[in-house]
Amino acid sequence: MTSTIRTTAAPAADGKAAVPAASGIAALIAGAPTPQPTMTKTFAAMMARELRVLRRNAIATFTRAVMQPLLFVFVFTYVMPKIGGGVFLGGGAAGGGTTFATILVPGLMASMLLMQGIMAVTFPLVMEFSWQRTIEDRALAPVPISVLAIQKITAGAAQSFIGALIVFPIVLVVHAAGQAPHVHVTNWPLLALILLTASLLTAALGLLLGTIMDPRKMQMLFAAILLPATMLGCVYYPWSALHHIRWLQIAVLVNPMVYMSEGLRAVLTPGTGHMALWAILLVLVGGTVVFGYLGARTFTRRVLN
Amino acid sequence: MTPTARGESWAAEAVAQGPPAAIRTQDLRKTYKTSRGDVPAVCGIDLDVSGGEFFGLLGPNGAGKSTTIGMLTTLVLPTGGQAWVAGIDVVADPVGVKRRIGVVTQNNTLDMQLTVTENLEFRSRFFGLGPREAGRRAGQLIEAFGLGDRRKAMATDLSGGQARRLLIARSLVHRPEVLFLDEPTAGLDPQTRVNLWDILRVLHDEGQTILLTTHYMEEAEALCDRIAVVDHGKVLAAGTVDELKAGTGADTVITVRYESPVPEGLAASLAGRPSVGKVETDRDRVRVFTREPEGVLGELVAAGASAGLTVRDATQLKPSLETVFLTLTGREYRE
Repeated sequence: MTSTIRTTAAPAADGKAAVPAASGIAALIAGAPTPQPTMTKTFAAMMARELRVLRRNAIATFTRAVMQPLLFVFVFTYVMPKIGGGVFLGGGAAGGGTTFATILVPGLMASMLLMQGIMAVTFPLVMEFSWQRTIEDRALAPVPISVLAIQKITAGAAQSFIGALIVFPIVLVVHAAGQAPHVHVTNWPLLALILLTASLLTAALGLLLGTIMDPRKMQMLFAAILLPATMLGCVYYPWSALHHIRWLQIAVLVNPMVYMSEGLRAVLTPGTGHMALWAILLVLVGGTVVFGYLGARTFTRRVLN
Repeated sequence: MTPTARGESWAAEAVAQGPPAAIRTQDLRKTYKTSRGDVPAVCGIDLDVSGGEFFGLLGPNGAGKSTTIGMLTTLVLPTGGQAWVAGIDVVADPVGVKRRIGVVTQNNTLDMQLTVTENLEFRSRFFGLGPREAGRRAGQLIEAFGLGDRRKAMATDLSGGQARRLLIARSLVHRPEVLFLDEPTAGLDPQTRVNLWDILRVLHDEGQTILLTTHYMEEAEALCDRIAVVDHGKVLAAGTVDELKAGTGADTVITVRYESPVPEGLAASLAGRPSVGKVETDRDRVRVFTREPEGVLGELVAAGASAGLTVRDATQLKPSLETVFLTLTGREYRE
């Protein structure tokens, strides 16, 4: 490749690679602003940057958020009942007149939270730590590295939250006649609290995963983490219904996904029966703190070598 | 803890004596712990760079230059010694240091999700400018760095030279007290490199303090007021180019390689001369460091002939950073 850059200070005729004029460079130094950065300003600027990127990728992000739950509710609450293969839910707390759609509304929202949290935090992070270490750009901003970690969690949680809001009307509306979900919200502040803490938890998990994942083993993320977390995360069945398989009901308690699904079940479809609220909130809040702390710690270690 | 206490006392001393040095290090060290044991990267470096100075760290790849810059820019934690940038301890107050420096690392760390303009705008905002002010600063930087017709291009679409200019522009959004450039011209074509040199010279003329690392001899020689020659994590010598040339006694270096191994004492007559710094014999090779190169080559050829040796090749290096490096390390400089 030949260079079109010249060494003289004249503007290039083709305008392709205009040469920096000495006077312009000099003015940069002489006329430079003297900003007073504060942690709040820098944090806000970083969030503004996320918003700009999110807006630019809006269509891709929206498609990514919508397709999986849309197809899922379409097949299971429209196609299957129509062709006579409706999902049968055994007795127990979920039995009676509960439609599968009622089970799926909180479940799919929770699964969306996890998916978005991971997509928004883990994927970019793995890229930033890979060969060009673009993370150094943000690491040189005038804030402690731990603030960067908190910013990543905040931005991820916001995306996760938005993802859940997009999914909600879809899972509410798409179903065959007579298969409508029974959604009944009585406690709005509690709904907001569960959504917020669940979003933060997924973003904190995303940060931890992003800092410990080997970029070459990214496909493992789906097979080893996202898939089992979702399938065994009480997304497609309520936790109480697992009492038929007692060992599994106990084993899934290590899965943070369970508490997100059950938390949303408790506030959106209380008729289904759900895990005790104190246990849900304890894990959502405690998990955010623990995973957030661990994630921030490994993040700081990887940024500063 | 002692580092902080010492840092404060030094800072207090500096206030009493005038402006603090732009960069100061004391026995700065970094040892990486790996599965194969400890790997020392920087083994006790002392630097003293004044405000307005263009200072170069020159050394081959793996000499410890990037690790040193990493420690000065707070991204690498030292395992020993101390460092201050703009009078601030890099370990005790990394945020204070980050506010006052501009850094261009070796990697292309541009935000690939953003355009050229946005890269500058958001960096300005990270450093505390309001959105409108940031836009104005971005426009000014784009013009000055000749990126006018690329302002809306995504960072991914820039050529190597454009990306490097944008990286330097981005490091200047907030008028840093010290500008760190880690191998700024590595991998660029010669024309683009000279173009970047012009930019750096103007910055220097405007009083910008710059610390640059390079493994290009001619780059250090062309740009820097003072140079520290670094190898194996240590400063071998520091000073102006002239001081280095004079200080090491390295003058012209004449190397003659023969067809067969050289017997002991082949160049004994040369070694006794006052104008000759030293004579090194290594298997089939004799190397003479001298201030008066005239006739030396002829003598080496003649001495070889009388010992039954034929000359395979011969080189004569004029005093330069290359001969300085050769004198200091005994190794030829490979970029």
